[in-house]
Amino acid sequence: MSKLTRQDILKLAKLSRLQLTDAEVKQLEIEIGSILKYVEQLQSVNLDGIEPTYQVTGLKDVTRADKVIDYQANPTDLLKNAPVTEKSHFKVKRMVN
Amino acid sequence: MSWPDIATIAKNVLAGKTTAIESVEQALKSIDEQKEFSAIITTTTERARQRAKSIDEAVARGENPGRLAGVPFIAKDNFLTFGSETTAASNILKGFNAPYQSTAIEKLEAEGAICVAKANLDAFAHGASTENSDYMTTKNPHDSTRVPGGSSGGSAVSVVLGLAPFAVGTDTGGSIRQPASFTGAVGFKPTYGLVSRSGVIAMASSTDTIGPLTTNVEDAALVLDVMSGQDPLDSTTIKRDETSYTILETPVKGAKLGVVKEYMEGLDPKIKALIIKQVENLKRAGAEVSEISLPSLPLALACYYIICPAEVSSNLSRYDGQHFGRHTPDAKDLETSYSQTRNQGFGSEAKRRIMIGTYVLSSGYYDAYYKKAQQLRTKLINEFTEAFNKYDFLVGPTAPTTAFKIGENAAEPLKMYLQDIMTVAANLVGIPAISIPAGKIDGLPVGLQIMAAQRHDRQLLAFAKKTEELSNE
Repeated sequence: MSKLTRQDILKLAKLSRLQLTDAEVKQLEIEIGSILKYVEQLQSVNLDGIEPTYQVTGLKDVTRADKVIDYQANPTDLLKNAPVTEKSHFKVKRMVN
Repeated sequence: MSWPDIATIAKNVLAGKTTAIESVEQALKSIDEQKEFSAIITTTTERARQRAKSIDEAVARGENPGRLAGVPFIAKDNFLTFGSETTAASNILKGFNAPYQSTAIEKLEAEGAICVAKANLDAFAHGASTENSDYMTTKNPHDSTRVPGGSSGGSAVSVVLGLAPFAVGTDTGGSIRQPASFTGAVGFKPTYGLVSRSGVIAMASSTDTIGPLTTNVEDAALVLDVMSGQDPLDSTTIKRDETSYTILETPVKGAKLGVVKEYMEGLDPKIKALIIKQVENLKRAGAEVSEISLPSLPLALACYYIICPAEVSSNLSRYDGQHFGRHTPDAKDLETSYSQTRNQGFGSEAKRRIMIGTYVLSSGYYDAYYKKAQQLRTKLINEFTEAFNKYDFLVGPTAPTTAFKIGENAAEPLKMYLQDIMTVAANLVGIPAISIPAGKIDGLPVGLQIMAAQRHDRQLLAFAKKTEELSNE
């Protein structure tokens, strides 16, 4: 299962939104292959009937009151790190043609 | 340069024997004089001086600024802080100024502590050497041709060099404990959820924890006591122990100590000898020692390197170059803008983890990798729970080696991952664990790791303090 092809790497890169260079694709093919080979140790262990754990301290459905909390942040400050803004909005390139 | 213990610094500030500004200037001077170790990314000089001034003024008015009054500290650069950029040592966040501070930093400041600088790390905390930092490699104070460990390498080196009395770091798979082991610091990873993760740049959310790096256990306990507690901004936080974490009383006599078989087998004999020496000290002091086996432990690392990249790939998806951070202005469309920004802004380790995470979460492979890893996690939890029914504490080494040479493991990612082999289990299971100095081999420090059951952070710190005392005798 672990042998990833160049096509697999390109597909993963697309899903990951990474425009990899050719050299990176070659490198990742080798590196990811060896890492997957290592983690595939788990395949040989019988874990049938064991529930997966997603939360370790037993917390479940933590909720809070649906109230506005004032964190004293203003839109101008929050937009300061944005590369392109217009009025009080983030500006991005066109999404739908 | 060395500092008194943290409580003494604060006491002296309150008593007017010293001032906050003196301590801040001492820290800034040390940082400037020891630049060759590359522990620090940026200083927060102006803000630190302002805070020191207001603390000194409060003391002059007869007010008490808190338990950490005028105590300088250094934060790993994945904590959002005011006063400088927060970069997580990555190019994609270069120039990012946080609009709010992490809860942990807010709590430290509320008790009068002063952040003076941001420490280097492996970018986004991915690594065990700081070599994955997009900016620089931090050097080990005991041998500058060697790494300090990671990912909190800059924080560990900061306290060992005495740049500040304490530092804060993050531990997702060993990132506080392993650098503590490599540099001779004390590094504490609390129970999952004891310290709020709000405002700390997320790596693997289900195992991310926040903790102190110090020169002694008592200081670590005080810093934990200030930082811990439930936070409405992090719904995974748990209630803190009602007793202060600084009450470090526990009998060694009769304490049941399990030496973890899987960590001792095949271990470097020199490291093993130092660990056994510590165990013998405890035994002489009355601890009941025996060997314990946790059969699934050898699989913990494989489990971690599925869960961690899965969560990393999800957490790093927010870096798209549109809202903050690096941006690609000339891209022809939005899709290209994402892909170019991410490829230029992320280093090679982040890319590897994103790709692996995307793979193990993709339909068709999810059950074989991700689900299986989460099932193994349950098995590990069960084995640890059973162990803690019989033992109060589990011990072993923190890392399989001493500090390695810069460049030695850089070409082989898997070799770097193997550095985490003794630390990841505590993260997967959510238990507290500490690394304290256990001696040196050829001038390089070795760490002893002690683990306790979930929510037994205070007992663990108390026992670690006793171990530290016995070791110093």
